[in-house]
Amino acid sequence: MNATVESLEDAPGIPLSFQGPASARVVASFGFWLFLLSDIVMFAAMFAAYAVLSGETAGGLSGADLFDRRHVFIETLCLLFSSVTCGFGMLAIQREDAGSAFRWMLLTFLLGAVFVGLEVSEFFGMVSRGAGPSRSAFLSSFFMLVGTHGLHVTTGLLWLLVMFAQVRSLGFRPMVTRRLFCFGLFWHALDIVWVGVFTIVYLGAYR
Amino acid sequence: MFGKLTWAAIPFGEPIVMITAAVVGSFAFILVLTVTIKGWWSYLWQEWITSVDHKRIGVMYMILALVMLVRGFADALMMRTQLALAAGGAQGYLPPEHYDQVFSAHGTIMIFFVAMAAVVGLMNFAVPLQLGIRDVAFPVLNSVSFWLTAVGVLLVNASLFVGEFARTGWLAYPPLSEIQYSPGVGVDYYLWALQISGLGTLLSGINLTTTILKLRAPGMGYSRMPVFCWTALAANLLIVAAFPILTATFAMLLLDRYCGFHFFTNDLGGNPMMYINLIWIWGHPEVYILILPAFGVFSEVIATFAGKPLFGYRSMVIATMAICVLSFLVWLHHFFTMGAGADVNGFFGIMTMIIAVPTGVKVFNWIFTLYGGRIRFSVPVYWALGFMVTFVIGGMTGVLMAIPPADFVLHNSLFLVAHFHNTAIGGVLFGIMAGFTYWFPKAFGFRLNERIGKAVFWCWFIGFYLAFMPLYALGLKGATRRMQHYANLSWQPLMHLALGGALLILVGIALTVVQLVVSIRQKDKNRDVTGDPWNGRTLEWSVSSPPPAWNFAVLPRVQRTDAYWFQKQDRAEMKREFAQRSYEAFAVPKNTPVGFFVAFFTAALGFALIWRIWWLAIIGFLGAMAVCLLQAWRIDGEVQVPAEEIAVIEREFALKANLV
Repeated sequence: MNATVESLEDAPGIPLSFQGPASARVVASFGFWLFLLSDIVMFAAMFAAYAVLSGETAGGLSGADLFDRRHVFIETLCLLFSSVTCGFGMLAIQREDAGSAFRWMLLTFLLGAVFVGLEVSEFFGMVSRGAGPSRSAFLSSFFMLVGTHGLHVTTGLLWLLVMFAQVRSLGFRPMVTRRLFCFGLFWHALDIVWVGVFTIVYLGAYR
Repeated sequence: MFGKLTWAAIPFGEPIVMITAAVVGSFAFILVLTVTIKGWWSYLWQEWITSVDHKRIGVMYMILALVMLVRGFADALMMRTQLALAAGGAQGYLPPEHYDQVFSAHGTIMIFFVAMAAVVGLMNFAVPLQLGIRDVAFPVLNSVSFWLTAVGVLLVNASLFVGEFARTGWLAYPPLSEIQYSPGVGVDYYLWALQISGLGTLLSGINLTTTILKLRAPGMGYSRMPVFCWTALAANLLIVAAFPILTATFAMLLLDRYCGFHFFTNDLGGNPMMYINLIWIWGHPEVYILILPAFGVFSEVIATFAGKPLFGYRSMVIATMAICVLSFLVWLHHFFTMGAGADVNGFFGIMTMIIAVPTGVKVFNWIFTLYGGRIRFSVPVYWALGFMVTFVIGGMTGVLMAIPPADFVLHNSLFLVAHFHNTAIGGVLFGIMAGFTYWFPKAFGFRLNERIGKAVFWCWFIGFYLAFMPLYALGLKGATRRMQHYANLSWQPLMHLALGGALLILVGIALTVVQLVVSIRQKDKNRDVTGDPWNGRTLEWSVSSPPPAWNFAVLPRVQRTDAYWFQKQDRAEMKREFAQRSYEAFAVPKNTPVGFFVAFFTAALGFALIWRIWWLAIIGFLGAMAVCLLQAWRIDGEVQVPAEEIAVIEREFALKANLV
């Protein structure tokens, strides 16, 4: 909606809440922020479940037995650096520098893909040691929490592919840059969740 | 090929189900036939099914709610009849496995597809109009939300004829709802129907929160928002914060059931009580998601029909937001009997009692608004007054049960059933009926018949007391909820009384249908040409009834609360302002079938997952994704309305409304 025409946005001295409808860009990113908050609430429920069930190994292997710290450290580096490259990509998008944006976002994609690959290999390793999600309540909650995060990263990768195609076919029109901006928010939010996962799940296992 | 789905899934041997299927089937057939013969399909498709207009979507939510009210009420009537019969040695006519499905379906339908659908419908319809804007923040998403809710409705109703519904109660507590004890598809119907419609609700919550916080007419600061918008804001914030918990909780139960996880199982470390905690962390805010908008409706209705500004606007807003926050701090009062200990129970008991304070503030504000006003006793006021009496009783029995020792006695008794029906009917349903009657002329351009409306009210009001006051008494005598028969013959007279009340409510529901038919026939007599049939106070009454698709040709400039009331005090100025108006072209969103198609594929996905038809699930998922992708490439989503067209429509309205 082109509501800006009738808003008083430029009027000086009028408090923001009195200025009338916000611009499409503000509305879209605000809505996406709310979605991210709801997503984080969903993760909060899974963290709560993990906190309750993390000791319930039912005689099976515990986190300290299963986790490989070096592996997780590399995973974490990949994801955190992908956020940095995503940030540079966003700057390039603001400059509408398609080449640079593509290179940074491609790097983001690759780092994300390595993260997902490492996570999948970790999961396979655990399952092959007889520590699959149906072994104990601890493992159920572990696989759900970490797996849901991984699923989000995978969704992010697919989204990024779609955005490559969108930029290619539609160019940097406002609709497309809005979506790229939302993607950036999404990617950073996944980092925040991962910091929680790293701290509570992986470091928490060695108490 | 078809997973668990075989011919045996269709209950040919159950006459009640088969008769229902025949009735529903022939009704649907007649409906489709009528629409086809009259050639209404293209109108329905173009003007309603693909509509992204918040008003039309709101109306469709209301229709959905009314249809599901009939379904949910049929369940209620079956239960009441069963309990009126099954005393002493008698077993009634519903065997336990059927009775269990009936009460589970009743609760699920009434909360998720009647109360929720109607409340979301009212908010969708009224909020943008009250804010003085042209649509919600994300109109296409709004359509998707509605159709996802419709998928939930479809799945719940499909369970009646194909397979079975959950026998676990409306919240499907484990371990009973685990695959071990509920191996059928009933719980899967429940879970997938609510996951899909819950996603719709979450998206709608995000949409309306963004709308209220970011899109208001110029000059409408937070301190000038109508109280209904405030309550809608609180309710939608609660949706955004609470529904993800429901999604996560159901996802855990689904993983338990489908993939052998151990979140809530009895063995390998699972913890059933965790489900009950998680579900109520969503469930208690859900109660307020329903009641807060109802409070908002009553605030509008009482101020309008008393002809006075709402007493204590600020305290009303503070009370609303206080309830919004406190609602997250009381969940444990639903299961004091878990045995969390005196300290924990004491904390949650006290928090629960504290919620009564802001609610009490609201009740006094409404009373003081009425005080000294020239009250016009129209139908919405009947509902409002009935609410104030009834809801206070429900609130008091709630505070009673907030005392943990008292709750240990009353937990899961019919006293509890009476309490939450007292608030759900006396609060939410009365609010929905008030809002329905109040905004109906805005939506359709004519008022509902007053006489029948009052009869509907009396049927519900008296019917409610007859149906539920006996349950308070029965609960104190020791009758538990969800019992299919009972030995104590002395309970039976009260059960008969309750059935009588339910029958009176049945008359009320039938009269609502009669009211609609009669009102449509008399629409020329009750037509609203001014756009302001009730001498209203807020901006929705400043436009024509029904409003144009874009609501406001020129966004109003808001000077204070009750913006329209103060605007119309100076009619000469209104006319002057109108004469000086110049119109500019603006863009409105085009209708799109994306919501319908996403829902179509999601319905296939849900059905396939319930019956474990994996190939169909893949098709459903990929189909829904493909529709979303196609939508992502749509660049002609808006159309310009030329200024001349706007001017013609506005002038036509102004002539009728005596503004020129």
